[in-house]
Formats: sequence, C-alpha cells, structure tokens
Amino acid sequence: MSKNGPLALLFNALVITFMLAPLVIVCVVAFTPGNTLAIPTTEFSLRWFRAVFAHSDFVQSFKNSLWLASISATLATLLAVPAGLAIARHSFPGRDFLNGLFLSPLIIPHLVLGVALLRTFSLIGATGSFFWLALAHVVIITPYVLRLVLASVEGSDRSAEQAALSLGASQATVFTRVTLPMILPGVTGGWLLAFINSFDEVTMSIFVTAPSTVTLPVRMYMYATESIDPLMAAVSALMVALTAVAMLVLDRIYGLDKILVGHK
Amino acid sequence: MSFLTLANVNKSYGATRAVADMNLSVEKGEFVSLLGPSGCGKTTTLQMIAGFCEVTSGQVTLDGRDITHAKPNSRGLGIVFQSYALFPHMSVYDNVSFGLEMRRVPKEERAERVKAALALVHLEAHAGRYPRELSGGQRQRVALARALVISPPVLLLDEPLSNLDAKLREEMQFELRQIQRKVGTTTVMVTHDQTEAMSISDRVVVMEAGRVTQIDEPHRLYEHPQTRFISSFVGKANLLEGRVMATGPWATVNVGGNVPLEVQAPGVSEGDAVVLSLRPEKIRLVPEAQGRIGGTVHERFFLGSQWLYQVSTAAGKLAVVCPNDGTAPAEEGSNVGLDWTAQQVRLLPGALGVPA
Amino acid sequence: MNSVAAVPVTSGRASASRTPWLLSAPAFTLFACLLLVPLALTAVLSFQVFDHATGVKNSFTLAHYAAVLTDDYYHGIFWRTLWISALTTLICIIVGAPEAYVLSRMRAPWRSILLLVVLAPLLVSVVVRAFGWSMLLGPEGVVNQAMRAVGLPSMRILYTEAAVVIALVHVMLPFMVIPVWTSLQKLDPGVEDAALSLQASHFTTLRRIIFPQVLPGILSGSLIVFGLSASAFAIPGLLGGRRLKMVATVVYDEYLHELNWPLGAAIALTLLLANLAIMLSYNRVLERSYKKSLG
Repeated sequence: MSKNGPLALLFNALVITFMLAPLVIVCVVAFTPGNTLAIPTTEFSLRWFRAVFAHSDFVQSFKNSLWLASISATLATLLAVPAGLAIARHSFPGRDFLNGLFLSPLIIPHLVLGVALLRTFSLIGATGSFFWLALAHVVIITPYVLRLVLASVEGSDRSAEQAALSLGASQATVFTRVTLPMILPGVTGGWLLAFINSFDEVTMSIFVTAPSTVTLPVRMYMYATESIDPLMAAVSALMVALTAVAMLVLDRIYGLDKILVGHK
Repeated sequence: MSFLTLANVNKSYGATRAVADMNLSVEKGEFVSLLGPSGCGKTTTLQMIAGFCEVTSGQVTLDGRDITHAKPNSRGLGIVFQSYALFPHMSVYDNVSFGLEMRRVPKEERAERVKAALALVHLEAHAGRYPRELSGGQRQRVALARALVISPPVLLLDEPLSNLDAKLREEMQFELRQIQRKVGTTTVMVTHDQTEAMSISDRVVVMEAGRVTQIDEPHRLYEHPQTRFISSFVGKANLLEGRVMATGPWATVNVGGNVPLEVQAPGVSEGDAVVLSLRPEKIRLVPEAQGRIGGTVHERFFLGSQWLYQVSTAAGKLAVVCPNDGTAPAEEGSNVGLDWTAQQVRLLPGALGVPA
Repeated sequence: MNSVAAVPVTSGRASASRTPWLLSAPAFTLFACLLLVPLALTAVLSFQVFDHATGVKNSFTLAHYAAVLTDDYYHGIFWRTLWISALTTLICIIVGAPEAYVLSRMRAPWRSILLLVVLAPLLVSVVVRAFGWSMLLGPEGVVNQAMRAVGLPSMRILYTEAAVVIALVHVMLPFMVIPVWTSLQKLDPGVEDAALSLQASHFTTLRRIIFPQVLPGILSGSLIVFGLSASAFAIPGLLGGRRLKMVATVVYDEYLHELNWPLGAAIALTLLLANLAIMLSYNRVLERSYKKSLG
C-alpha cells in the first residue's frame, strides 16, 4: 500500500480532530469546578458527577433507558433471528418485501415514525405505557440486529447443518446445537448494537415518551434547551464512557470495524 | 439382491432435467463411483440418495426399505461433504460423537466407538483439537470418522478429495479404499477425477448431462469405452475418423485421407463413417521402416515416469506415451515408426461415437 | 451504516413449505402493527380538519397540504432544510471521500484505529454530540476563545445555520465514509498498479481509475446523508435556537405546542415523500451509472 504524503496526513489529522472535538470537550468540561461551562485548567472536580447522581430525574431516566434498551434489544433479537433465518435460507414469494420492510426503519425518518406512533398510541390509549414504548424501539432497532444475523447466517456453513441432519438430529436440535452456536457472534453483536441504538435514540422517543417514561437522551434534550450548565456536560461524559465500554465489548464479541463498516 | 437401488429416478427443476431415468443397483459392500464433468447430475443424484434433494419421480430403496421421500435425518446414512462440514465450534471428539449422541448411545459406549473411529483414521491424538487447528487432510479424516462411527448402511462421499493437493490426494485415495475394505461399508462416491474413480472403485458409473452413459468395472471402462466422450474423458485417446473399406471379422477403415487401419469390427458395412480410438500408451515407437505407419515427432513432453510425444502422421496428429525406461527418447523432428497390437484399436459404437 | 441493502442471493432451496412464513410472522406482525398501520393512520390524520378550540375533527380537508405547499412560512422552512441538507451533503463528499481514501492507504494498525475513531461517534447519542458542538461554537466556546487568542474578533456561530451545518457534518460524515470505504475495499489493488505501470500520474490514476469506481459509493452515501440531514431534529433543535426552524422542529412545534396534529402530520409526510422521491430518482441515476460502467 503506498503511503500518504504529508498533506494527506495533515488533512486526516484535521478530520480526526474534528470528529473527536465535541466528545473530548464534553468529557473535559464535565470536570470543571465552576458553575459555568469552562474548560478546567487548574482545578478538577467531581462535583457535577455527584450532582448528576443526586438529580433524581436524571437517575430515573437513566434507569428507564437501561431497562428500555435491554428489553427492546432482547425482543428485537427474538424477532430478528427467526426472520433472518427465513430470509437468508429460504427463497419464497415475499422474501424481498419482508427484507425491505424489516430494514425500512433505517430510511424512514425517526421524526415520521415518532409522529405516526404518537398518533397510534393516543388512539389505543397506549401513551405513557413503557411496554408500547419498548415495542416502538423494537421497530427502530430490529434492522441492526437483522443485518448482523443475515450476515452471520450467510457466512455460516450450511453443509454443517446438513451433516447434523444426516447424523439424525431433529430440526430443533440442528438449530440449538449447530446453527445457533455458529451465528452466535452475530446475534450477540446485534443485541449489543441494538441496545446502543435504543439507548441513544432521541428523535422518535421525544414524541412517544410520557413524563413517566422519559428516557435519558430525551431528558438531556429537554434539559439542554432550558439551561446550559456543566451538569449536562457530566451526564454527557457519562454517556460517552458508557458507549466506550459498550464498544469495547462489541469489539470483543464481533469486531467493531465489521459492525460499523458492514461485511465485505 | 442389491442393497441400494435407484429405479427410474428423475430430477427436474422446472423445464430442466438434472437427472434423467437413473437406474443403479449397488451391492452390499461395493464401492461405486459416480463419475462425470460438472453439471452431469452426479451430485444431484447423491443428494437424492441422502435426502437433501426431492426426487421428482422414481424410487430409492435401501435394504428393501423405500426411502425415496424419507427425511434426511431418518435415513441413517454416513455422509462426507465436499467441504467436510465439520462443526466449527465443537472439538474433533464432539464432532465424531455427535451422530452417536443423536442415537442416544450411552456415554461409555460412545467413548469406545469414537476412539475406534479416530484410530481408524489415525487421529487419536487430535481428539481435543478444533477444526480450525487442523490441516485439510486431517479435517477430511475427521469427516470420515464422523460418518463411519455410526456404522451406516451406506457411506456417501461427495468429491472427498477435491480440496486436497495432488500428493495428499494420491495418499488419501488408497487410504480411503483400505478403510472401506476394512469396514466393509457400501460406498457411493461422487467425483470428476477419473483416476480417483478408477483406482478405488469396484464399479464406475459415468454420467453425462443427467444420464448414465456406462456402468462398468474400471478396467473394462477404460479399455472398452462406449462413447466418444467416455474414451476421451476417461484417459486420453487418439480419435480417428474414417470410412469402412472392407468388412469381415476384421474391418479395414480408411482414416485421415487414405491410411488403412485394421480393427476388430464384425458389425459394420462398407462405406460406414466410423470413429476409431487408440490409446497413446498402446503405441510403441519403432524404427521408421518397421512401423504400421510412419511419422515425425512434432513435440515431446517429459512427464517424469513417461514421455509424451505428439507425432505427425498421414492419419493425423497422434499422441504416443512411452515409459521412461532409461533409453534415449526420440528427438523432436526425428522420423519414427508407430506400431501397436492390432486388437488395441477400438471401434466406438454407433456412427461418429453416438452410443449404440 | 450501510443503506438498505438488496436481498443477498443465496443458495437456499425454493420452499413451498410454511417454515419461512412462520419464522418471519412475529416480526411481520410487529411491523405491520407499529409501522405500516401508524403510517397509514398518519396519512389519514393529515387530511383531517383541525379546530383550535375542539381539536381533531372527523371531516377531511386538503387545507393542511395546501398550507404546506403554498404558505411562505413553510416554503422558507423547506427551502432552508433543503439547502442545509444539500450543503451538508456536499461538505461530506468533499471531506468524507478523500478521508476514506487516505485511511485506506494507511498501514495497519493505524488504518483500523483511525477508521474506528472516525466511525465510533455513530454509537454516541446525537444529543451528546450536539451539546458538545454547542459548547465549542458558543460565544464563550473554544472556537471563539481560540479566535480571540489570535486577535480575530469573535463570531456568532451558535444559533446560526453555520452551527447546524457543522454539527450535521459531524454526525453525517461516518455515513459518507462507510460506503466510500466499502467501494475502495472492493477495488482490485492491481488495477491501480497497472495504471501506474502504464505511466499514468498519481492524479490521473485517481481521477480516471479510482474515482469512477468509487462514485457509486459516493452517490449512495449522499443519499443517506441528505435524507438524514433533512429529517434531523436534535441538531437544529439544540444548535439552531428558537428562530432557526427546520422541518423536524416545525413538526415538533405543531405536535407538542400547537397541538395541530393534522398539520404536523402533513408536514412530516411531505418530508417523507420528498425523501422517497429524491431517493428513487437518485437510485435510477445510480443504476444507470452502474449499468454503463459495469455492464
């Protein structure tokens, strides 16, 4: 591979700086001892982190988001694994349609989904229901699980399943003893990716959450539109830290680059 | 009474016939190869026996039992897949014991049988390893052990040696045969490699475009191919087109313009257009004047144990193969004579090699 | 994140069996109930009459769409959304494509590490990223502090279109880098070497060999970036301020402040249709350029 010239490397450095700047600033400002958003230079303080944990709204929203993301990711995985097997392994009329349908939340603006679900929930009296909010998230995050499941299933050796059948295994046994272990990295990676996306989601959630089910990003958005203080920076820093941990785990399970770029 | 029978088996995909009117009887303990180029239907046939491909019409019988529509997990056959299809997340031991687990064989008996199977393929030391830690040859043996440990009535091999390099392939061919003889399992192998098929099979089934064109012992198949295709697919052959000039128990055929050759061909009539086949190894190089025909060595190739000559003659360009017995080979451009035993010339049945 | 991929070709046997239907049934049920039905309901809603005193009525009207299509206010909003999205897309192409190229020419391990640095922000919530930019671009933010330090007057960046574009570029850049990177990975490295051996200059090789093959990646990246920018909510919300409205924030206003759901629905659906129309026509351009170059 030919090397990049100095100009190219400078350009690259600028882009990297650009990409990291808002994340770095947020983490740095979170340690400021003062009351305003300023970069701490001499003193570093944890007061704003303590303030976050003392702020009952934020703590509650964090718990909401954690529960919501876990439940939605799990449900999405339970739906996407069989659907992925159906699409990747069988050719049947409607296969293309279903594949497009299940991946469509990637191209339908979350704004439109939020608006549509708000209307639907109000008609069926589901506003404020955690369960229905979770289902809404499931719709949005299923594509992430599905894509990874599809990639895993396609990459797995079908003849291993045939071998298991020929050795007398029932279809269920083939799935649990052979198929599932082979696609497990894709399934767990998909779960985690779905979890992250549910945790981060704000645009649709803002329309569909009710005071009792406010998620962390929505809480942050509402807080940021009213007051700008280092509390917001501390919460943001915590979220960045959480995401970093999730990324490390994701990398271990599946390979972060494969997930972000998609399969070759 | 044959052990495995295919009776009028057909497989169609829409308008395309992948396998047409397949009739095959395999005796117990026999090693049969399905041989043919890609697309000839051999793999489809194997898949129908295994149950992974639906039979369009016809019957598959195993030991008297009709298994035509039986599910693949109820047929109890041992299968070695082309890609070996080992379970990547299980150790060698677990791979081999899987079939026994499915049959609910108790743990102690399982351990014994797995040990015996691994010993059969010389892999006892690798029981704890995982497929990704094994070489291609070792994986193939694990696949074989896994298929044999369940003592199947029939062993199916799908191009088992095609993923191995040339040297390993040779070794494995003979080992495969040894193991099969030892265990005595009826075996059906699919391959496109004719040396493989001929060296280890009891009988070879040649397939072309979905149909069986000849079933024979390897030696008979080689010496008496029924079609033009088979004579050049199985081994090399010099094909000479000509016209019958004189008939009788020995016919005289004029090939390549005006070179008369004698061939054992009682059924032909004067004036028939026919194709003669003469194998390169049946031709000897002799001094120019002593041959049946004369020619000039156009090119020669050294193949280690043999010399291959392309000789230009009045009958056309003939390939001649001579053993490398230490004597000096003929030079390119030299004039030579070609001789052979008259019986070695074969007449391919039917005009222009179409099967009779 | 790739665009919605075409269904991969598999060697699966044609199934007349019910298995695939049964396997996809749960997911399909959910999507039918929580995607298709809500969209349909919203479409219906967009035609319903709204009365400020009594709310949504059961009669139907085209007034909302008429307002969206003819009112100057909405024209302005749509126009602003359009040009901000277009500008963001342009900047993403100018920055993202070369960045992907530069990254692809790096040696391991830098290559993977830096690629991850560029793409990892995707996994951080957009609220955090928008807030980060508001800190950087504010009157007392880092950018202005730096400018004052070198003697330049401070600029008002926050709450202008510039801030929105900058933050959008930050969020959208990975969506451009990924398809371009994927296209570059598919290139046969031998082709570049062949061109150089035939004495093409590096620039010519870039222009005539590499760029045409990467173009489909750039186009599909542009589609994604444009679509996501046009419907962006958190960024214009946090960085545009009260006066700088884009389509998504206007919809939010109608829904949560004005309570005029039919109008909000009409605006949202107009955005969706505009998005789909642009995507479909772009897709056709993509297909045509594919056909020409790849036969």
